[in-house]
Formats: sequence, structure tokens, C-alpha cells
Amino acid sequence: MVMKEIRPESQEMRAAFCETLMELAEEYKDLIVMDADLMGAMGTKPFQAKYPERTVDCGIQEANMIGVAAGLSLTGKIPFAHTFGPFMSRRACDQIFLSGAYAKANVKLIGSDPGITAQTNGGTHMPFEDMGIMRGTPEMTVIEPTDITMLKYVLRYMAGHYGMQYMRLVRKQCMKIYEDGTEFEVGKAVTVRDGKDVTIIASGFCVGQAIKAADVLEKEGIQARILDMFTWKPLDEDAIIKAAKETGAIVSAENHTVTTGLGAAVSETVVKNCPVPMELIGIQDRFGQVGTLDFLAEQYHLTVEDIVEAAKKAIARK
Amino acid sequence: MSQMLSEEKVKELKRFSKKIQMETMKTICEIGMGHVGGSLSISDLLALLYDQEMKIDPKNPKWEERDWLVLSKGHCAPALYSTLALKGYFPMEWLMTVNKNNTNLPSHADRLKVPGVDMTTGSLGQGSSAAAGIALGLKMEDKPNYVYLILGDGECQEGQVWEAALFAPQHKLNHLIAFVDLNRLQLDGFTDDICAMGDMEAKFTDFGWYTQGVNGHDIQAIHMAIENAKRQPEKPSMIILHTIKGNGWSEIAGKTNSHAPTVSKEQLAQALAEMEEAYAQI
Repeated sequence: MVMKEIRPESQEMRAAFCETLMELAEEYKDLIVMDADLMGAMGTKPFQAKYPERTVDCGIQEANMIGVAAGLSLTGKIPFAHTFGPFMSRRACDQIFLSGAYAKANVKLIGSDPGITAQTNGGTHMPFEDMGIMRGTPEMTVIEPTDITMLKYVLRYMAGHYGMQYMRLVRKQCMKIYEDGTEFEVGKAVTVRDGKDVTIIASGFCVGQAIKAADVLEKEGIQARILDMFTWKPLDEDAIIKAAKETGAIVSAENHTVTTGLGAAVSETVVKNCPVPMELIGIQDRFGQVGTLDFLAEQYHLTVEDIVEAAKKAIARK
Repeated sequence: MSQMLSEEKVKELKRFSKKIQMETMKTICEIGMGHVGGSLSISDLLALLYDQEMKIDPKNPKWEERDWLVLSKGHCAPALYSTLALKGYFPMEWLMTVNKNNTNLPSHADRLKVPGVDMTTGSLGQGSSAAAGIALGLKMEDKPNYVYLILGDGECQEGQVWEAALFAPQHKLNHLIAFVDLNRLQLDGFTDDICAMGDMEAKFTDFGWYTQGVNGHDIQAIHMAIENAKRQPEKPSMIILHTIKGNGWSEIAGKTNSHAPTVSKEQLAQALAEMEEAYAQI
């Protein structure tokens, strides 16, 4: 169930992340939390305090952390390994690919501070390509939870499903989109709002932006459908095809490079099945930089206005 | 007290090692070329591990009480496959399919396809972390299993080896027993000419490992080193094996052409003759 009015979450994502892992640890005795010296940043110190023997802080060695996690999983452990998104996806890429995915290990990968939410950590720490790297890895499940309600569901899913999964996760503030207790299904888009004129297929930070954009469009008589495509892989192709057929125009909106990201994924489905005009909101082959969220959203054209304009452009091209 | 192997047992293991070498040569000749050198240099170690040291059940490769082995230098899988086949993990006929279309025995060690292979390897350095993870997972459950890890010396140019080398002592992984096959050669030539690694024993000692150096073709010496390693209450063990790449086939032994040569039928006949002669003299 979508909130009648979206608002900022009352706690940070990382606090909910740690709380949920502590709950799951009661249920899954093999659950292990791993990090590469960012437990303080990720807020998982309470887990370590409660379960020191189930915490492995590897120090600053992401590649080794993933290899160790793969090895642990072969003995039946369920490791949740965290580092910042760029280090998870870029630095440990080959370890994730080979020791993890190719060897069919069972590692839960958490890459934090997605895209512009890295804010003042800047271009070195601002992953615009993490989901694309993971999407290109066979059999990897790739997820971006939208808010805390969904995060709790996704973490439970990861603990209970053998295999390699990557979740990119905002550490701090995000918008509350879903009412507590809302049910989700990995691989199924959430229809946040129905509409007939255009579909905005959004993920993460851009879901809140899309809702605001749809409000603006509605005032101009345009009814926009919004799909929250929180699972990038496996992609909900049925929902995309249905949206293309029923609304005739699509805008993808992501806090990630469009080249390998959600825009690319949606485009692949659209061109194969039912070509309609598409506009791609997201990072356009650029590096990150320091700044506040609002400033960066303007810099990289992820604002509500950008989405509104893209929707109109897509409709005009019908 | 350390138990030395009987002379007869050493001879038996030497013969097993020769059989591993001969099967390895045949499998590589069947496809025409392969990683001969690094396979031949670890046959003595593999013979000792699989016929003496490791707790295994070839009919039940995933046996919970087994000792594990990670061949981090995964390109030397032909030697491991030959060992596993000779021990009865899978039919000997499989060996003639190595690297062919639809084989169960791909060029690099694969845990999903090969009964008895505990970890998939092939991107150098990665087996070190995986072995550490396996050892940690077993230690968390107070399991008695040992985890054996085989690294190449050229492989130790990978940074990940040294990340794992820091990690294992930190977590007191005393059931991790690692080997470096120090044959001083890599694909492009001598390790000293390409990226010299200096004193490997001193390096691992400094990283916190219980380190020993032995002649990697002296089965008794490797056995005694493993016995010493098993008595370590806290430290992981590193046993540096001083070996000859391509050991057993004089055409390549210790030479820069030993990494992945072509093997013709004539060369196979020559190598097998040499190995059979050595076998007869054991």
C-alpha cells in the first residue's frame, strides 16, 4: 500500500538495516555480518556488540572480504557483506563474479551510498555504475529498496534465498513511500500509481521524484502511471510490456548511469517487445562530484522538473 | 610425537605421484596442450595429501567430516583431476575429456562440475580468501576439519594473497594449512626476472604464519611439515615447497617453456617412458 502522502522516513536506512539484521539473526543462526572497516559508517556496531562471534570486520580489504564470504557460505554460513557501493562493485568485481556467482556461492552483497546519495563523499565514492556491473553478472539478483518497509522485506528475502544478491542501499535519509506491512515480491514491479498517458519506471531515490512529477503532470491533465522497479534483475518484463501497450510512452528514472542501468534494462525489453517512445532520466555518462542532494539532483538532471519534461517529451513523440 | 612415514609408504606415495604425472600427461596430450609444468610440480604434494594426510571419502565427496582442499592455482587442475580419478571420485575415462566440449573437467578447477573439488578457482589469488573463509566457517562451529590451500609462487604476485595472508592469522585459522609451489617460474619466464618476491618464508612469517620451507619433492619432509603444522594452536601454517616446474619430464623441467607447452604424441611417449623408468626405480 502506497502512503497517501509521502514523507521522509522517521529513522535512517542504516538503523533499520542493523535492526532487521539483528532480528533475522535470531531466526537464521548462520547469518554473519561482514564489513571492510565501515561498520561505524553503516551503523552495524550494535550487531557486533550483540553477536561478536558472528561479525567479521575484515579491515580494509574488500576483495578478501568477498572471497572469505564465498568460503564461509560453502560451510553453510549466510554472510551479509557491506562496503560502499563503488568498492563493492568495482573493487571486488572479479571476486563477486568468480568466487561468488560463477562458483554459485551464497553471499548477500550490500553496496551503500548509491549514486548522488554519496553527497559530500564525492566522485570517488559515488557509484553510478554498481547496478550495471551486477546486472552483467549471470544469475545475480539486483535490488534497490525504495524505503524502510521494503528494505525489511528485501533483507528477509536475501536471508532466506540461496544465491548471490546485490542490494544498493541508501545509508541515511530516504522518503517513506509504503505503509508499514506492505507486501512485495522480488521480480515484480510495484504499481505506485495507475495512469494511461505515460509510464514512469523508477527506482530508489527517483520513486519519490516520480510521485512528485506525476502530481505536477496531473494538474496539467496528464495521467502518469508509476512503476517502482526495485528489482532490476530479474526484471519484471510483463509490467514493462503492459505499460508500453497501455500508455504508449515510457520514462525511466534512476540514480545511476542510464548506459548500463535501469534505462538500458527497460529499453532492452521495450525494443524487443513493443517499441514506444522512451526518455531516459539518469546519469548521462558522467563522473560524480561533491555536493548536497538537491544540488546533485540538479547537476545530473534527476529533479522533479526533469522527469515532468521527459514525460511530456515522450508523450509528444507518440 | 610426529610419526614419520615408513619407507614403504613413502615409496607407495612416490609411485602414486608418478601415476598422477602420467595421467596428467595423457590428459593434456589428448587436448594437445595445457598447464603441464605447474601440474607436474605439485604431484608429490597431491599424492601425499590425498593418499595419506586428508580425511576423505571419494564415494561421498561432500562428506561433512572431510578435509577440504582449495587449488588456488586453478590452472593446474589436470593434476588434481588425475589425483581425484585415481582415488575413485569419478571414472578414469573422464580424464580423456578434459577441456573438450561438454566436459565435466574444464581447464580450471570447478566445484560444481567435478566431484571432490571444493572450490572453483582460476582467477589467481582468489582461492586464498575462499580457503580462509572455509576455515573460518568451520572454526566458528568448532569443527576439526583441516583446509588445505595450494598457491603458485607467481600467483603470490596478486595482492589478494596478501590480504588473505593478513586475515588468516588475525582470525587464528590454525586449521588452514597452505602451500606455495615455489618453482620459480611463471608464464612469461623466471619470477625473479618479472616480479621478484624475495624471501617468501620471511614474508609469511612476518604476516603471522607458522612458516616452514621444505623440498617439495621430498614426501617425508612435506609430511613432517604437515605434522608440525597440525600442532599449531593458533597460527595458520604456510609450507613453502621448493619445487621444479615440469618435474619428471626433462624436456621442460625447470625451463621457461614449462608453463603451458604443446604435447604431441611423440612427446607424450617420451615423457611416459621417462616417468615409467622413474616409477620402476622407486
